Amino acid sequence: MDADMTDQTNAENNAEKNADMSKTGPAGLVGVSTEPGSKKPDPIVVADNITRTFGGLTAVDVDHVEIQRGAITALIGPNGAGKTTFFNLLTGFDQPNSGSWSLEGKSLKGVAPYKVARLGMVRTFQLTKVLAKLTVIENMRLGATGQKGERFWTAPFKFLWGNQEDEVTKKADELLARFLLDKKREDFAGSLSGGQRKLLEMARALMVDPELVMLDEPMAGVNPALKQSLLGHVKSLRDEGRTVLFVEHDMDMVRDISDWVIVMAQGKIVAEGTPDSVMADQRVIDAYLGAHHDTDLSELDEEALEAEVVAEIEEEEAK
Amino acid sequence: MDILDILRAALQQALGPQAIVFALAAIGLNIHFGYTGLLNFGQAGFVAVGAYGLAVSVVTFGAPFWLGIVMSLVAPLVLAVILGVPTLRLRADYLAIVTIAAAEVLRFVFGSVEMKETFGGSNGLNGYARPFQQANPYSSGIDLGIISFGRNDLWSLTVGWILVALCCLLVWALMRSPWGRVLRSIREDEDAVRSLGKNVFAYKMQALALGGVIGGLGGMFLALKQASVVPSDYSTLMTFYAFAALLLGGAARVLGPVVGSVLFWFLIAGLGSFFSQSAGKGGWIPTVIMTDTQASVIRYIVLGLAIMLLMIFRPQGIFGDRREIAIDGR
Repeated sequence: MDADMTDQTNAENNAEKNADMSKTGPAGLVGVSTEPGSKKPDPIVVADNITRTFGGLTAVDVDHVEIQRGAITALIGPNGAGKTTFFNLLTGFDQPNSGSWSLEGKSLKGVAPYKVARLGMVRTFQLTKVLAKLTVIENMRLGATGQKGERFWTAPFKFLWGNQEDEVTKKADELLARFLLDKKREDFAGSLSGGQRKLLEMARALMVDPELVMLDEPMAGVNPALKQSLLGHVKSLRDEGRTVLFVEHDMDMVRDISDWVIVMAQGKIVAEGTPDSVMADQRVIDAYLGAHHDTDLSELDEEALEAEVVAEIEEEEAK
Repeated sequence: MDILDILRAALQQALGPQAIVFALAAIGLNIHFGYTGLLNFGQAGFVAVGAYGLAVSVVTFGAPFWLGIVMSLVAPLVLAVILGVPTLRLRADYLAIVTIAAAEVLRFVFGSVEMKETFGGSNGLNGYARPFQQANPYSSGIDLGIISFGRNDLWSLTVGWILVALCCLLVWALMRSPWGRVLRSIREDEDAVRSLGKNVFAYKMQALALGGVIGGLGGMFLALKQASVVPSDYSTLMTFYAFAALLLGGAARVLGPVVGSVLFWFLIAGLGSFFSQSAGKGGWIPTVIMTDTQASVIRYIVLGLAIMLLMIFRPQGIFGDRREIAIDGR
């Protein structure tokens, strides 16, 4: 195929471009091997031999993976690569067929999702799960852990939990202001737009005070201006000392904020590395990015591109 | 046609013992369905074990009256645990199936010939309510002009409405608390609540138990008022009447089920009186259209129609907030 030629040149172009780009030093990840499943200096999550099959389909088959503490790690890969399933497995929302995984050395195997969250691993969902018929501030208050008023026997007596509720509300208001949702405070969460729901879900997750924040496609359906502020929020999480793991298809975002990128395809981890090295990796380009991911479309042979797009659409429809 | 007569019949029912039983059952359902989103179609079962808990303890096992009252609270609690453990981890539909079946199983067991020694068969049990009747502080009944209640009725109504008021107070205090917030959140999206570190199963269990015990209080009250328990009182119709009362008044509102129940019985009795006066001999509706016997059931058709219209034009019920009910799609 003559397309191979173009691929090759593009990959080389990328490598050159990447070398020029000044990199912000990834948190403690300098010099880490870029082999899939490489050892990290200070891993917060370690997973081994995780497999999950749905009937005959092996959705996730991860030999070994480590997530560096205090870094922003992106999980990318084509549709159906098993990214969300892997998320579900790590957070206890789904049980793997085999394997073991731990958070800060504590095994999470068979641990219920709510306990995983209490241990400091909090996730958001690809399809946002805001509590539509609760107000924004009530959504936020729900996130706080260890509330005395959430216990049945103390709940009827406001003097037992009133003070704590005030503290929770104060914290919630600070977060709402940070995420520019303070004007929506008393609105029902169901009245928010898609992007605002993403913001609310992220802010609510922060009410738990998580060590590790797992964001499932935080940028999907968010407008460019809001995207910028979301990027800032994610970065500020790292600055606060939290670890972030996120699934995303927006390569600009991945390049912009992540310290480390893990690539999944067909359930396996196929590549790891800094954003630049991963995006120059031929396997990643083949499996996920596509040859033209970095080129201005108008420069290309339009006919070839058209044919490719048509083929892609047909493929999608066939699914 | 005597308007005063219709009004009298309606008010007598609206303030009477039936309204209390169904108000309590509907308050329980409100905790299940209105706040937590649990579909309990077997509330009659909880009411029944509340009633039988009292009667069986005292009559069959010779326990003292106070222990019977305690058992009448414990029995629905046990039923909630038995039904909740296998079903609350599953999707909401499973609870609906299991509760409606359990309520019917209970009714048949209570009425069965084989268990007659324990539960009294289809004749039920009686002879346990004497301490309640003896505690009656009233020396005479009350005459409110248009309606009047006898001495015994007045005593049970006093106790009944105090029970309803206490339950409303409890629900109000619980639902404004963070505990209530978790329940309402579970109604919206269980997984979101789980992802924030809340033990959803435990909360659902607490909600099922609390609503069940309040339903059981309805059964205890009915048992005390009637001084007998019979299995036929606790058919699925009871559950559906309680749901009708809840939806009429407005789900997820503290006073919704109470107002709903009062209104439900006001309409049932009022419409019944209206049609029995209007049809048959001396009525203005000719017998070609409606006979005496038809008149006694037509009220259910009219009430059903009214509830349908209510669901279409005001799905939140009389009190509810349209933005905050489980029935409305997202």
